[in-house]
Amino acid sequence: MYAGNGARRRVSGRLFQWLCLAATCTGVAVLAVLLIDVLMDGLPTLSWTFLTNFPSRFPAQSGILSALVGSLWLISLTALFAVPTGVAAAVWLEEYERKGRLSRLIELNISNLAGVPSIIYGLLGLGLFVRWMGLGRSLMSGALTMALLVVPVIIINCREALRAVPRSQREAAYALGATRSQVIWHIILPMAIPGTLTGIILSLSRAIGETAPLITIGALTFIAFLPNSPMDAFTALPIQIFNWVSRPQAGFHAVAASGIIVLLVVLLSMNGVAIWFRDRSRRRLQW
Amino acid sequence: MAGISTSSVQAAAAAAQVGAAPNRSLQTPRARGLRERLIEAPLFAAAFVTILTTAGIVAVLLVETLSFFRVVPLRMFLTDTQWTPLFSDKHYGIIVLLSATMLTSVGAMFVALPLGLLAAIFLSEYASPRVHRVIKPVLEILAGIPTVVYGYFALLFVTPALQRMIPQTAVFNGLSASIVMGFMILPLVSSMSEDAMAAVPRSLREGGYSLGATRFEVATRIVVPSALSGIVAAFILAISRAVGETMIVAIAAGQSPTLALSPLVPIETMTAYIVQVSLGDTPHGSLEYQTIFAVGSTLFLMTLLLNIISQRVLRRFREEYQ
Repeated sequence: MYAGNGARRRVSGRLFQWLCLAATCTGVAVLAVLLIDVLMDGLPTLSWTFLTNFPSRFPAQSGILSALVGSLWLISLTALFAVPTGVAAAVWLEEYERKGRLSRLIELNISNLAGVPSIIYGLLGLGLFVRWMGLGRSLMSGALTMALLVVPVIIINCREALRAVPRSQREAAYALGATRSQVIWHIILPMAIPGTLTGIILSLSRAIGETAPLITIGALTFIAFLPNSPMDAFTALPIQIFNWVSRPQAGFHAVAASGIIVLLVVLLSMNGVAIWFRDRSRRRLQW
Repeated sequence: MAGISTSSVQAAAAAAQVGAAPNRSLQTPRARGLRERLIEAPLFAAAFVTILTTAGIVAVLLVETLSFFRVVPLRMFLTDTQWTPLFSDKHYGIIVLLSATMLTSVGAMFVALPLGLLAAIFLSEYASPRVHRVIKPVLEILAGIPTVVYGYFALLFVTPALQRMIPQTAVFNGLSASIVMGFMILPLVSSMSEDAMAAVPRSLREGGYSLGATRFEVATRIVVPSALSGIVAAFILAISRAVGETMIVAIAAGQSPTLALSPLVPIETMTAYIVQVSLGDTPHGSLEYQTIFAVGSTLFLMTLLLNIISQRVLRRFREEYQ
């Protein structure tokens, strides 16, 4: 079957290997070009006043303070709603109902929700929170919308962390007469905490960069004050960046690049913390 | 039992502590059962939130879409060749937005599919474990970059580069958005395809080698065909991701609803239209407000269908090697 000209086959094999390598490197190269492009455009306008100024009609005086604070508010509120819900749901799916018909329906539903475009969640937030519940274009509407968006991701990540707890631990506790809730609270959750935290942080870092749902629920892009309560209007890093990118003046494009650097630094530090937790959990879970 | 070893001492200690703490262990079995039920209820409620989310999405989309279709007949929505809800002469032909979405998605696939598949073959068949450990996370970063950043990159880096190569390229065009979107989706294609290739049993590869096949022949004639359903599932999911992608196309492809086949002119995808209307101050209950839900429903149905097909294909392939 594989007989034939040996030399030619070796050459085509070599060529194919190079082709595969080139394809892989293209992805890496694009990432590098993107980062270099953003740094070159944005570093000159990145300064302390950029971090402490409010947005302005003039690019040189524009700052990102309200967007940065808005994003921090938004992500904290989102975490407040999404983390308990996601973890509890993961515990239920993993430790209680493992093979029931209802849990299979929920599982199927979760994997479908994870594939729903984020802008659809924005429409849900607009119809449900902004209009129907009358929360307006507030931080609360934004955070609830984001929470619904990340809950499926948190559930998927947390279940993986729970699954990594060795069976023997559960069985040892059950053998000593512990009830299911005692096993979960005293054995499984403490052991799964590092892995769970990794999953939670990675899910939340997705919410930090999400733009489309916030635009859909009508978050504002020009805000010259800081929110004081969850019912206040707000702006966030990605929407502020979008606003600057979509203006025609080149001055605002540079400011947008500076905003992107701030956003990427926030994301990078979140991911760094997540990776640190993951390494810790790997070390602890070696039996 | 070998499973219960030193590691279980910790568990035993914790369990003992549970027993020693308040007199729970003295409760009757029935009281314990009740307590367990009470604890399970909120956990179940949390899981049920996901069902409510889906129900909420369907309800919100359905209510607004139905009131939309009370004014605009479904036939007009499907057959009209103009999309002008924001002008005085109103037309509601979804085909205009749909064709733009198709154009950018297909364009993105031209980048993501070949590069993603080749990268997957490289990572699964050629890369040493060390190279693999470095390259894979770097590729994953591509998937983690916020889409608004890609939009910036498409509009202010890729488009000017394209204009230098093809002078008639407009400032807003589908091509630039497609290319950048393709790179955003590349990691999805490569990591799902690689997973599928990793599931191909070693014995199949070794059978190939024992017949004198080269690595290239094993990769292209044994591994890829054996992993085909997983790869196809990855492709379909990638299309779904491209159809639902918003910020890149909203920033770089423009907001001109025209029925164009050229990738060099401004167009408007379904998602970009939703963004455009959301940015304006649309009064609640107006037909204009309802159009974004009608477009959203179309988008939701398309991605749902693609996701379901992808899952079906994937489940089939899982059965094959177990």
